[in-house]
Amino acid sequence: MGCGYMGFSSAYYVSLFAVVILLFIPYLGVKVGLEVLFGIIVPYLAFITFFTGVIRRILTWARTPVPYRIPTTCGQNKTLPWVKRTIRDKFENPESVWYVIGRMFMEVFFFRSLFRNMRMELRPWQKYPEGGKLIYWSNKWLWIGALAFHYMFLVVLLRHLRLFMETSPSWVNFIERIDGFFILYSPTVYFSGIILVVSTVYLLLRRMYDTKVRYISLASDYFPLFLILGIGITGIIMRYFFRVDMVAVKELTLGLATFHPVIPDGIGVLFYIHLFLVCILFAYFPFSKLMHMPGVFFSVTRNMTANNRWVRHVNPWEYTPKLFSYMEQEDLYRKQMKKAGIPLEKDIDIEE
Amino acid sequence: MASVPKPVELIQIESKPPDRPWMDNKAVLKEGTYCNAALPKWLEILDYPYPRRWSVTDDDWNLPENWKEIFLKAFEDRLNRFRSFRLFMDVCVRCGACADKCHYFIGGGDPKNMPVLRAELLRSIYRRYFTTAGKMFGRLAGARDLTEDVLKELFYYLYQCSECRRCSVFCPYGIDMAEMTILGRELLSSVGINIEWIMASVGSCYTTGSHIGAPPHAFKDTVDFFCDECEDITGIRPNPGFNRKGAEILFVAPSGDYFADPGTYNFMGYLLLFEYLGLDYTLSGYAAEGGNFGYFGSHEMGKRLNYKIYSEARRLGVKWILGGECGHMWRVINQYMDTWNGPADFLEEPVSPITGTKFENSAATKMVHICEFTADLIKHGKLHLDKSRNDHIIPTFHDSCNPARAFGFFEEPRYIIQNVCNNFYEMPRDTIREQTFCCGSGSGLNADENLELRMRGGLPRANAVRYVHEKYGVNHLSCICAVDRAVFPALMEYWVPGVDVTGVHEMVANALVFPGETERKTDLRLRPLKEFESEETDED
Repeated sequence: MGCGYMGFSSAYYVSLFAVVILLFIPYLGVKVGLEVLFGIIVPYLAFITFFTGVIRRILTWARTPVPYRIPTTCGQNKTLPWVKRTIRDKFENPESVWYVIGRMFMEVFFFRSLFRNMRMELRPWQKYPEGGKLIYWSNKWLWIGALAFHYMFLVVLLRHLRLFMETSPSWVNFIERIDGFFILYSPTVYFSGIILVVSTVYLLLRRMYDTKVRYISLASDYFPLFLILGIGITGIIMRYFFRVDMVAVKELTLGLATFHPVIPDGIGVLFYIHLFLVCILFAYFPFSKLMHMPGVFFSVTRNMTANNRWVRHVNPWEYTPKLFSYMEQEDLYRKQMKKAGIPLEKDIDIEE
Repeated sequence: MASVPKPVELIQIESKPPDRPWMDNKAVLKEGTYCNAALPKWLEILDYPYPRRWSVTDDDWNLPENWKEIFLKAFEDRLNRFRSFRLFMDVCVRCGACADKCHYFIGGGDPKNMPVLRAELLRSIYRRYFTTAGKMFGRLAGARDLTEDVLKELFYYLYQCSECRRCSVFCPYGIDMAEMTILGRELLSSVGINIEWIMASVGSCYTTGSHIGAPPHAFKDTVDFFCDECEDITGIRPNPGFNRKGAEILFVAPSGDYFADPGTYNFMGYLLLFEYLGLDYTLSGYAAEGGNFGYFGSHEMGKRLNYKIYSEARRLGVKWILGGECGHMWRVINQYMDTWNGPADFLEEPVSPITGTKFENSAATKMVHICEFTADLIKHGKLHLDKSRNDHIIPTFHDSCNPARAFGFFEEPRYIIQNVCNNFYEMPRDTIREQTFCCGSGSGLNADENLELRMRGGLPRANAVRYVHEKYGVNHLSCICAVDRAVFPALMEYWVPGVDVTGVHEMVANALVFPGETERKTDLRLRPLKEFESEETDED
């Protein structure tokens, strides 16, 4: 397969190329007057695809049985009352639903497991006869990058809610005020968008230049990153450089939300590109790794109580396989067992 | 057997992946890093499909004609039966957090041993045959055809995973390679691909009683021998019950503990402790194996072997079950036993006959870990212990994978160790407890022909032992797992010569002071105790 100068795989180029094509589609479309398609039909289709797809996938997971209770335990199990257990142990080896909720909360909101991340290094170490020493460095960059990416994505998403409501709720205004508080400029600069783009670039560069991560990366890893980068950058351009008519945009988005879609005049093509990429992201979501978002809630190694020893877990499809009974074993070895003085179920006399 | 390179050579690890995409790099099955194919006789005993003679080095593995169909059908079946499997196929984002957490990757550098990529070997097939995107876009969607080469690759790497779950600790979605490895090995079994080391052990466990193939009378004979040994060393002769009906407790140990040193010393440790307590217990020649070798590669086979324990407890009419020091055994007892073969409503909630402690945490399984049992005894001051008898031992403690990450059993063994010896040192933080490293030979991979892989996989553990060996003079690696006790001696000899391996209850028995015992000059291994060391030298 074609490998580029940096050894990037075709996955990288194909994804980049795909996103570039996706930029041009609405551009050309709007040029030939297909605003209705790109402003109304595609958004609705994307929305429908997103919801039906996500729900279908979630139902598939939910319908698949959980035969065994297999939490990954990262702390001391509940045991004898005097055995020391820290609060950390209780969350990471949860004995009850409340602690499971706590564990999931930490996982979903703080990426607890990713926080553990570290980097292994094998160093030459002449003091050891074998000449090498393994060192484990704390490595929080991925955790920071992922946290920044996800939270900023969330903030951006919430901020956009104002476009779909007549009057934006006070909490959306509040988020906006915080978001715009730090950089004094007119128009108000939202740091969320900037950090979103920066963290996406970080995740992308990591994928491109960390040889291990590059080796495992598929087109479906690069594609969403390029797509989100495209969305972020078009959004930023629209807001700070080539401003679109926000009143018209809101007319359109509100029309979509209230099911009275309209295409107002004078919205720049940039908006349609931005909207189209968002639509692609939504439509792509249910068929991709982005499903990790609902998926994390289903992770059986995290969302199960570690109480196996005192609360029975039932497997709905458990069946009885072929078994080997005690009597079968006794039948095989009765004579020798008798000689060895082992009690038998079916006693026999053996000749001396 | 392939010769293993010297440590100084083996530690030169190239971990930079090749430039070509991984799907283009056909797996090279390197001698010394795979296990031999299973002989047909075991498959016949166990009713496994497609028993036949084949060899890993053969070009033609002699697969059933419609192997692909069988394999994919088995795949679909697992997707429908295990939420874990389906979810783990769907949600990985390939962030790479797991990559350098696997001991086989750390010690071997083969990029397909990064858990994420090992899982991708399966996911690529999942996408190709079970997802729309994969069917439509093929390779672009990370999908690939199932071919014989792919099957061989799966075999190679699914038997380079010891199901230790370390990756699942670090995965932001808790994706568990162990789960996928077990299921992946089930898929391989469905087309007749199994390894000899596992199948021989399973076949022996199934009929004769234990993985070493010792039938009941041979087991009893071995135990009698241990009793002689105990008597010689301590003047006390243990008197264990054997298939004895009406005993209060059924004791089940991993057979590794009555098979070879140093496990045998641990078994003597159990016997002496029980004798000290006057415990009303019995061993069984039917439930003679705690270690569950079936579970390494099949849920069903795990259940078939595990069945014997409850079944025997019922037949003998005991009140509850006590289990020895063993890793996978305790994963099974903790996370599967009740679901597979319970409810154990014919047993009573375990109560220590010595201290009266109710083991409420095992109210359902009715099975108590010997370390909880002993820790409780020590806590209640029921054992007269002379720590100094272990002064020649400077131990560190290895958390075995399964008690660590599928149970959370950290404090009890440490509590015991600290009460039976004076010099205990922990290995570095990143290598113990839930972050512990595998011995390198777990889940059925401790075959002799697999030695290079085992030494590579054991590097992270051994390197941490090296650290405490140099810094504190640690000379014993203690553990609560029979596989550990079986494989660590070779690993230590290779990477950290001068470090011995010991079970926890061997140290308990060393320290245990019996009323009316003969003067103890040696430990259970007939090594002189510290205060008699000089005397020994004089005699020499």
